[in-house]
Amino acid sequence: MFVLTPEPIEIDPIRRAVQRPEAGAVLVFEGITRNHHEGREVMRLEYEAYPGMAEAEMAKIGEQVRQKWPGSRVAMAHRIGVVPIGEASVVIVTSAPHRDEAYAASRFAIDALKMAVPIWKKEVYQDGSVWKNNAESMDAPGF
Amino acid sequence: MQVTVHYFAVLRERAGCSEAVVDIAPSMTVGGLYEHVFPTGPQGVLPVMFAVNHEYVQSAHPLNDGDEVAFIPPLGGG
Repeated sequence: MFVLTPEPIEIDPIRRAVQRPEAGAVLVFEGITRNHHEGREVMRLEYEAYPGMAEAEMAKIGEQVRQKWPGSRVAMAHRIGVVPIGEASVVIVTSAPHRDEAYAASRFAIDALKMAVPIWKKEVYQDGSVWKNNAESMDAPGF
Repeated sequence: MQVTVHYFAVLRERAGCSEAVVDIAPSMTVGGLYEHVFPTGPQGVLPVMFAVNHEYVQSAHPLNDGDEVAFIPPLGGG
């Protein structure tokens, strides 16, 4: 399951997508919108995505996870539109036979998402707004 | 020859639209199209990646009639 949604992200369907009898570890990662950035108060965040390509790039990450950690799976959802402070902008659930692979796959998946999935974030402050650049994105081979 | 160009985030705001159909010369590359659309570069040099038909490509990638092009500014997902 690799989806974009304008609604609050529900974790259960994502977890169900990767739960398997042979998976002894299931790990949920939630990325939460923060109320501050470099000392400035953030009023809200707005995400936009390239529909179609974003899901396809997430699915590629899913395929890489399967190859790197045999028996593991990942599913993810990213929220788009306005996301109030304190809510999940992204949820990544990994499953694996053992916890080491589940943790490694989770870390890999969020880093890869930040580098390659076409999604953008605008931070809105009291006195302006900024499109934020992921450091991982700036290291991507294309830049 | 025509391609559809998608603009996102900072580039969408600078272009003033999210999507446009652009007439191009037959031998144009995706990087050439970017320079064509933003002649001086938007506010100087903005690092950008390119996608054609939902796949990342290099700037030298040649365009075909009907391609769906996207200029991908630095990402902010997560």
